[in-house]
Amino acid sequence: MRNVAIVGTGHTKFGVRTDVNLQELAWEAIRQALEEANLEQKDIQYFVVGNVGSWSAEELPAVVIGEYSDLVPKGTMRVEAACATGSAALRDAYLAIKSGEVDIALAVGVEQMHQSPNPQVVELIGRAGDYFWEFENFGLTFPGYYALYASAYMAKYGAKEEDLGKIAIKNHYYGARNPYAQFQKEITMEEYLKSKPVAYPLKLLDSSPITDGAAAVVLASEEVAKELTDSPVWIVSQGVASGTANLSKRSDFTHIDAAEIAAKEAYKRAKIEFENAWKYFDVAEVHDCFTIAEIMAYEDLGFAKRGEGYLLAREKQTYIGGKVPVNVDGGLKSKGHPIGATGISMAVSITRQLLDRAPKGTQADIKNGMGLTHNVGGTGHYAYVTIFSTRRPSS
Amino acid sequence: MMINDIRERLQQQISQLIIALDGIVKTTGMPIITDKSGNPLWVDVREITLRYQIPVKKIQKFFEGLKEGKVLATKCPKCNTIYFPPQDDCPKCKMSNLEWVEMPNEGELVAYTIINVKPPSFSHYSDYIIGIAKMANGVNITAWVNSKEVKIGMKVRLKVIRREPEGYITYELEPI
Repeated sequence: MRNVAIVGTGHTKFGVRTDVNLQELAWEAIRQALEEANLEQKDIQYFVVGNVGSWSAEELPAVVIGEYSDLVPKGTMRVEAACATGSAALRDAYLAIKSGEVDIALAVGVEQMHQSPNPQVVELIGRAGDYFWEFENFGLTFPGYYALYASAYMAKYGAKEEDLGKIAIKNHYYGARNPYAQFQKEITMEEYLKSKPVAYPLKLLDSSPITDGAAAVVLASEEVAKELTDSPVWIVSQGVASGTANLSKRSDFTHIDAAEIAAKEAYKRAKIEFENAWKYFDVAEVHDCFTIAEIMAYEDLGFAKRGEGYLLAREKQTYIGGKVPVNVDGGLKSKGHPIGATGISMAVSITRQLLDRAPKGTQADIKNGMGLTHNVGGTGHYAYVTIFSTRRPSS
Repeated sequence: MMINDIRERLQQQISQLIIALDGIVKTTGMPIITDKSGNPLWVDVREITLRYQIPVKKIQKFFEGLKEGKVLATKCPKCNTIYFPPQDDCPKCKMSNLEWVEMPNEGELVAYTIINVKPPSFSHYSDYIIGIAKMANGVNITAWVNSKEVKIGMKVRLKVIRREPEGYITYELEPI
């Protein structure tokens, strides 16, 4: 199997993007990625569109985006993996190249949640578990799913409200320095503690916002990548796993099983020891749709022992200069979480970090040249862990 | 409040919006409004109302059980796996027509949340507690917790109730 590299990245401003429609938004990211890769549409042999939709009007997003961006008649598809949709799109393009089917592919993630009013979006995302047994009868909301985990985690390990707050404060600190972020504003513990309850124990400032945005990457095979750029960022490995739709079918509410399985799979392929995983990475992007998710991510990725993830945040070990900088682009909490774009946005952030191109005040020290993305769909219904490196994989 | 009152209230809100939109179309000749950021938005003039019809034939016994005040699960006679929510196929043994067994009525709360920001279709209820309880047979169940106080590890009882104002039969958890 061939090595695959990222040779171009594109990222729109995240937030309320009522100034553009879905295809215009996607094109902003696609255009930037094509320009970075120094390629034209005719060079793209295959493109994948990550979009969850249902809140936006177009039923066949890949098709309207293909038309608007002049990618027709190249092969395409739309993929969905809930909040990990972007990583699923990346995976499809990556596998297409790895297998030798094509040499150059584009993956774009796009979501425009503001095409529907907020209450309707709350209604639609609430259905994102087991529809009949969780939503229809009991009205679980999306924050509610993660709140079930938060209550169980806090009861078992003694983590406090303030510990969740530390995650929000860190991610807002970095979001304030990221020109692409939805919220470019720092927050204080006082503001955090006073914020409105959403789904106990989670508050508004524990939650990522409803967002519009797009991100794109151009991927190429090793041979082509070397012709295109002196600085390819390689995809070393990717681990994928799934979890039950119905949360009641899970045995543990203190960690996300699928994420741990995906991490171990990715690490095994990259020959990384789980127990010392943090030592390998200069920077990581983890799924912080809610603050509790970032704490569990530290543990599921082997950055902290079980039950000690919140201590990592308390000790500021995930700021730049700490053990392993995490979500230094602001994370989903402050950068925003346009569901279908998130996974690609994470890949763009890590690529730019590894190339020393992150915005001022958010650049981590790149020593090993290695970074990671952890993208969870739903509440661990899907999980994708992807490892990126400036060094060519040996395989 | 009866379910029809809620429906009417929601419909009223929708028709007010449509009337406002009709007014805009009449004056400007376009269904275009301006949002908070000053951006023009075309408001869909075609409305979609979806209400799904979900087949329940294979688990019809579950609903019959509810009518008799019982919460039923299925059990595979070959591997003894208990399925809740019930399903009539055991994918492990590739068997169908499983046995029906009653869920035990006592268990322990393993996770919970209080829903403050509700979906519009749940907006007529006051804030509700949703819990997952591990029942005496080791099988988990998700339901509303009818209690003022709530704590992880709390002992709970599973009970069939009638959900008002809709009046349909469902189940909930309450403290023992």
